[in-house]
Amino acid sequence: MLDWIQTLGQNALSRLAAFGRAGQLLLQSLVARPAPFTMFPLLVQQLYFVGVLSLVIIVVSGGFIGMVLGLQGYTILVDYGSEQAVGQMVALSLVRELAPVVTALLFAGRAGSALTAEIGLMKATEQLASLEMIGVDPLRRVIAPRFWAGFISMPILTVIFSVVGVWGGAIVAVDWLGIYEGSFWANMQHSVDFKEDVLNGIIKSIVFGAVVTWIAVFEGYDCVPTSEGISQATTRTVVFSSLAVLGLDFILTALMFGEL
Amino acid sequence: MDPLSDIIIDIRGMSFSRGSRTIFDDISIRVPRGKVTAIMGPSGTGKTTLLKLIGGQLRPDSGQILLEQDDIPKLGRRELFLARERMGMLFQSGALFTDMSVFENVAFPLRVHTDLTNDMIRDIVLMKLQAVGLRGAAKLMPSELSGGMARRVALARAIALDPDIVMYDEPFTGQDPIAMGVLVNLIRRLNQALGHTSIIVSHDIKETLGIADYVYMVADGRVIAEGTPNELSTVDSEQVRQFMQGLPDGPVPFHYPAPDLMQDLLQETP
Repeated sequence: MLDWIQTLGQNALSRLAAFGRAGQLLLQSLVARPAPFTMFPLLVQQLYFVGVLSLVIIVVSGGFIGMVLGLQGYTILVDYGSEQAVGQMVALSLVRELAPVVTALLFAGRAGSALTAEIGLMKATEQLASLEMIGVDPLRRVIAPRFWAGFISMPILTVIFSVVGVWGGAIVAVDWLGIYEGSFWANMQHSVDFKEDVLNGIIKSIVFGAVVTWIAVFEGYDCVPTSEGISQATTRTVVFSSLAVLGLDFILTALMFGEL
Repeated sequence: MDPLSDIIIDIRGMSFSRGSRTIFDDISIRVPRGKVTAIMGPSGTGKTTLLKLIGGQLRPDSGQILLEQDDIPKLGRRELFLARERMGMLFQSGALFTDMSVFENVAFPLRVHTDLTNDMIRDIVLMKLQAVGLRGAAKLMPSELSGGMARRVALARAIALDPDIVMYDEPFTGQDPIAMGVLVNLIRRLNQALGHTSIIVSHDIKETLGIADYVYMVADGRVIAEGTPNELSTVDSEQVRQFMQGLPDGPVPFHYPAPDLMQDLLQETP
C-alpha cells in the first residue's frame, strides 16, 4: 500500500516536473527571444512539412466524414419528413465539432508524431548539441519554427476540412439522394452563424494547434535519445495530444455553447 | 620549452556529478595554447562530459573553467554563445545536419555568424572541404557519406569559422585503418597549419599519443597521470600501465563485482 502511494507520488511529481520543463521550453523558444527575420525561411519550410503535406489526409477525411454525415442525416431526418435540414446538420456538426477535433487528431497522428521523431532523432544524433556548440540556439532554430508552423497550419486545415466536408455532404444529399438544392443550402445559410459557429470552431482549432504542436516538440526535445526513447516519445505525443484535444474540446464547448 | 607556459583553457578544482554519481572530483586540467592536448582514460570516465563542460553545455557543481579570462560556467547566455564561436567541436557521430548537403553543413556556421557574401562563403567552404579532401563531395547529402567521410565533413564544419580551439570527441572510434590514418594526419596537419589549440578526447592510445603534445589521463574522476607522451610511458603506476598496455586485468578489474562464483552456482534458483 505504501509502495503504491509512493509510486503514485513519484509519478505525479515527475509529470509535474515535465510540465514545468514544457512550459520553460515554450517560454524560451517563443516569448523570451523572438527572431522573426532569421525564422521566416525556416517557418515557410516547416509550414510545407507540417501543413501542406497534411493536406491529403485532411481533404480525404473531410470529404468522407461529410458524406457519411449527409447519408446518416438523411436516413434519420427522412422519417420525420425534415430531410431538408440535412444541410444544416452537416454544416453545424462540422464547423462546431468534427472539423476542429478530427483535424487535430489526424494532425497529431501525421504531423505531431513526425515532429517528435524528427526532433528526437536530431537529439540522438547530437545535431541539437552541435547547433549549440556552433553558437545557435536550438530552441530558436529548431523548436520555434516548428511550433509556429503547427499553430498556423491547424486553423487553416480545419477550415479546409469543413469546406470539403460540407461539399461531401452536398454531393450525397443533393446529387445522390435528391434533396432540393435550394433548401439544402438555404437551411444551412440560415442556421449557421458566423460568430457563434464558424468563429468558435476556429478558436477551438487554434487552441488545439497550439497544444498538439507544443506536446509534439516538447516530447521530441525532452526524449531519452535512444531508439526506445524516441519510439516512446512518439507514442506519448499521439496519446497525450489526442487526450488533450478531446478533453479541451469538452471544456471549450462548455464555455462556448453551454450554460456553465 | 615547457608546454604549460601559455595556457588557453584552465580548469581549476572542478567537480561535477550526475545524480549521486561523482564524475569529476576536484579536477584540474590546463590546456596549452596552440598544442594538441589529449585527454585519455577508460570508457565511462566522463571524457565527453568534460568537453561539454568546456563548451558550457553542462555546468559544474563547483570550480572554474577559464577560457583565458572568461569563466565559462558564469557566462550569461549571450556571452556563452560568443565564447562558443571561438570553439569548434567534432562530435563522435559527426552530428551533421541531415537535411542539408555537405556544402551547406560547412557553410552553416558562416551563414549564421558572418555577413559574408555568398561568393566568399562558397570560396571558404570549398577551401575547408579541400583541406579535408572532400571538395568533390560538396553536393552529396550526409546520408550518402561513409562514417569516415562524415567525420571529415564535420571537421571541415568545426574549423569553418577558424576557431581558437577545436575539440575532438573520440575522433578515431569505429574508423577503418585508412580513415583513421587520414584523421590522425588531418588533426595534426590542421593544428600546425591553422595554429589553433586542439583537445582530443580518446581511448585509442597509439593514434592519440602519436599526435599529442601533452596528455592527461583521467580515471575515477581524477587526473591519474599527466605529461608528454614520452613521460607517460615511464610513469610508475599500475593503473596507467594497465591502460597504456591494454591489460585485461589490473586495477580496473576484468570481473564486474559479484559474489563468490561457487556460492553463486550452488544457490538455488529463486
